Amino acid sequence: MRALTYTRFELVRTFRNARLLIFALGFPLALYLVIAGPNRGAQDLGGSGISLRLYYMVSLVAFGAMMSLISTGARIASERTDGWTRQLRITPLPARAYLNAKLATGYAMALATIALLATAGLALGVRLPAVRWLEMVGLLLIGLLPFAALGVLLGHLLTADTIGPAAGGLVSLLALVSGNWFPLGDGLLQDVAQFLPSYWLVQASHVALGGAAWSTTGWLVIGGWTLALGVLARSAFRRDTERVCTGRRGNLAG
Amino acid sequence: MLRDVAKRFRTPGGVVHAVRGVDLTIAPGETIALLGPNGAGKSTTIDMLLGLVPPDRGTASVRGRAPREAVDDGLVGAMLQAGTLIRDVSVRELVALVAALYPRSLGVEKALELVGIPELAGRKTQKLSGGQAQRVRFALALVADPELLVLDEPTVGMDVESRRAFWASMRAFAARGRTVLFATHYLEEADSYADRAVLMANGAVVAAAPTSEIRARVGRRTIRATLDAPDPKALLALPGVAATERRGDVLVASCTDSDAAIRALLEAHPEARDIEIASTGLEDAFVELTGADAAEPEPAGAR
Repeated sequence: MRALTYTRFELVRTFRNARLLIFALGFPLALYLVIAGPNRGAQDLGGSGISLRLYYMVSLVAFGAMMSLISTGARIASERTDGWTRQLRITPLPARAYLNAKLATGYAMALATIALLATAGLALGVRLPAVRWLEMVGLLLIGLLPFAALGVLLGHLLTADTIGPAAGGLVSLLALVSGNWFPLGDGLLQDVAQFLPSYWLVQASHVALGGAAWSTTGWLVIGGWTLALGVLARSAFRRDTERVCTGRRGNLAG
Repeated sequence: MLRDVAKRFRTPGGVVHAVRGVDLTIAPGETIALLGPNGAGKSTTIDMLLGLVPPDRGTASVRGRAPREAVDDGLVGAMLQAGTLIRDVSVRELVALVAALYPRSLGVEKALELVGIPELAGRKTQKLSGGQAQRVRFALALVADPELLVLDEPTVGMDVESRRAFWASMRAFAARGRTVLFATHYLEEADSYADRAVLMANGAVVAAAPTSEIRARVGRRTIRATLDAPDPKALLALPGVAATERRGDVLVASCTDSDAAIRALLEAHPEARDIEIASTGLEDAFVELTGADAAEPEPAGAR
């Protein structure tokens, strides 16, 4: 009950934050419209038979969704810095309920990004069978699990002013080396990238391009990263909630 | 009500004995000031009382319960140091959220009324002034109608007007039969608003007594008088006088027995005029009890 109350509060608050929405949702959308809008007629991207409007739709879906979950960390970090986490620790709200609310918000943002881009894609003439949509979104939601854990981990390790550059840089790099923006080819990069969760997130989005669903390797990589990051996130979360923010107030403690 | 036996706390980066064994029992309905300079261990003591920091040894309890249980039962409300309110919600929504987390609550309207800001209910939190935000945080602390209200340096950053209004609200809440513990390094706040003051220095309690008693323990009064030719050395010999100082024509005498001192002074100096006798402020008592190096009170002008 309390957990639900807090989750609803968190969702309302997040979706009311105009600036956050503009950057988190508006940015991938604008990027898509800028890239795909003028080139909506490009039907055969690099001889692959895939239209540009479809290719960039799924690229931005993967990118936007990944960003949404990692951004959970920024919200956690800033609330720690603001002392709100501490304030909540002296209410009966269980720490886990706070975490769940944050994860729910991250997933809600990811779904909103996907829905917006899908709508824009439809408007530009992207047509996909419903089954493809469902398969892609389903795999994406699972593929986001390691990023949800990563967001929580970063949120508890970093401060509000360091997490922005850290998360932004990390997501850009992961997207680049995971074939989100252009195909990797068959080189060393491809061999290494296969062990990144972002590679399989991109593969999930490529289901819409006619790609295959995850191989066994894919499931193992996603599962492994979820487990590893989950354990780290859990320990960071535990350590942080047991002694909420006391370190940074060292000079103020009186 | 609150029993907090011998505790000590270590922080990383070298062992800092933030609190070196504090025993403190607070009676229900009491208003207590936890008084001390920065670094005295006030906040750490409060953190342990609230269950935010586990003590290295000893136990903290509220009504015989572990701090965390007491918090879950809504027995404790607290306003912590230096917090910022989260954005994108109205004051009403924020207070209602916190109220909904507790088993019982005063209700939003009543809480806002108690802290004197019913007119701000519809305002977004990011549009509040510093003093208003502090009052909202105060409302968050008391909306569960806790039996123990803990305030950690609540008036930091408030102007004089907000400060006065804040303490009036605190008194209104205490008048409901609630227990209030507040930490401050403003001595006059402890003096004016607490039944009892607990003085801390270097992680230990150096004195705990009713505020009037602490002043009496040092027990001095100061006599100021204008004399024709004050001679501090000669005047030091008067009965009841412990120290003297000459400031122009004005004699300032610190007295252990001001009654005896004033009689003797008038006898020796019938011309004495502009006489003032004042009790020593808690500030002086504080300096005396904690030792000058530990005290370093806040600059008086900051208030």
